[in-house]
Amino acid sequence: MMMLKIEDIEIRLLLEAIFLKYHYDFRGYSMASVKRRLKRAQEYFGCETISLLQDKILHHSDILPELLGFMTIQVSEFFRDPLYFKTLREKVLPHLRTYPSLKVWIAGCSMGEELYSFAIMFREAGLEDRTIFYATDINPLALKQAQAGVYPLDRIKLFTENHQKSGGHGSLSEYYTAAYDRARFDPSLRSRTVFSDHSLVADQVFGEMHLISCRNVMIYFDRELQDRAIGLFNDSLVRKGFLGLGAKESLQFSSHAEAFESFVREEKIYQKRSEP
Amino acid sequence: MSDLAAIVIGGSAGSLEALSVLLPALPADFPLPIMVVVHIPPDKDSVLAELMQNKCDLVVREAMDKEPIVSGTVYFAPPDYHLQVEPGHYLSLSMDEPQLFSRPSINVLFESAADVYGKGLIGIILSGANNDGAQGLRAVVQGGGLALVQNPDEAYSRAMPSAALEACGEAQILTSREMFLFLKERCIHAS
Repeated sequence: MMMLKIEDIEIRLLLEAIFLKYHYDFRGYSMASVKRRLKRAQEYFGCETISLLQDKILHHSDILPELLGFMTIQVSEFFRDPLYFKTLREKVLPHLRTYPSLKVWIAGCSMGEELYSFAIMFREAGLEDRTIFYATDINPLALKQAQAGVYPLDRIKLFTENHQKSGGHGSLSEYYTAAYDRARFDPSLRSRTVFSDHSLVADQVFGEMHLISCRNVMIYFDRELQDRAIGLFNDSLVRKGFLGLGAKESLQFSSHAEAFESFVREEKIYQKRSEP
Repeated sequence: MSDLAAIVIGGSAGSLEALSVLLPALPADFPLPIMVVVHIPPDKDSVLAELMQNKCDLVVREAMDKEPIVSGTVYFAPPDYHLQVEPGHYLSLSMDEPQLFSRPSINVLFESAADVYGKGLIGIILSGANNDGAQGLRAVVQGGGLALVQNPDEAYSRAMPSAALEACGEAQILTSREMFLFLKERCIHAS
């Protein structure tokens, strides 16, 4: 067996400590990302070693939110990968339209960019009124940001281009008001959203979903944990329900691959098979 | 018997010329996997892998998240994602912030690969216009691996190889043709 480097031992111990004390479980996260993120945190908190960071986090629970920020927060975009949304509009929404009521789960919503993109798309498609959105994340600060729906104004140009490329009707500016250097999105967009603290690592099935979008969240999981999450999605979807993943993610390496079929291969949109 | 296990390559402006000399020269049964980061604009759908596949006997493709690493295969980092090597010898992607304005970042790939492969790793820095990769190449050498840098006189843009050489005095300075001969000697004949 290969000798573990001291730093790798320290990282394992730190993740164990965070789990035992705070019940946030990063032990199944992919190592390369965890290591890089913890080293950034170590530098930020001015700790000479990861062990000293462990000491700090165990004895000063007030730094937990900041550490969680290092471990989880993702900056995303409205309508990131516009073709994904265009494909949903053109190929998936016509199916969803046949249901009288809809549940959509944005898993790992981080600061809400994807949630608002969905809310806008569903409003444009006239499906908003029959839909409940569930936006979940493990990071309470990110959830709070998502609930606020305020984004830096200098990102709006990109968001607007993405919205147009995604086949959006009209202008994105109909959905926000600009003040100083920020854009505040219309609160009515989230009136049909339930925000919830939910962990794909530890928590259970989440109701009978028609569509789950979980993009660039599971890239931070190792294969075992990824499998757990995909199993959770499988159990949370109605038969023939849809699962959308990030552009470079795939079910190909998962033990649940058989439960799904590719619906639009290039956009990583899967459909749960009808037989159990 | 060679104990080499993998090759990582990083480049930016002008690196495609060097890659077009190096990769097509390697045979289909080349015994190592090769991971490549070339800086590309985030909004471009990358055709790099496709382009290179047409010239190569090796299998060339854009890396997928959690893909097992297979020898004789070249993996390109997708635009707007970092590419990393994980301890179980598979690839992972990340959307963490750009490093030195770059995503994918050469440093991120090289450091994660150095962690996993140690002295079994060869790191190669090609032409480029910024200093990404210098720190990564340093990590390769600190892990016991081998460092090769494209001769700045041959490189279309010398900033990247020069920075790598500055950070990493142990690196061998080679033209792209000499790099091929080096890999042939060390990886093919030795295996």
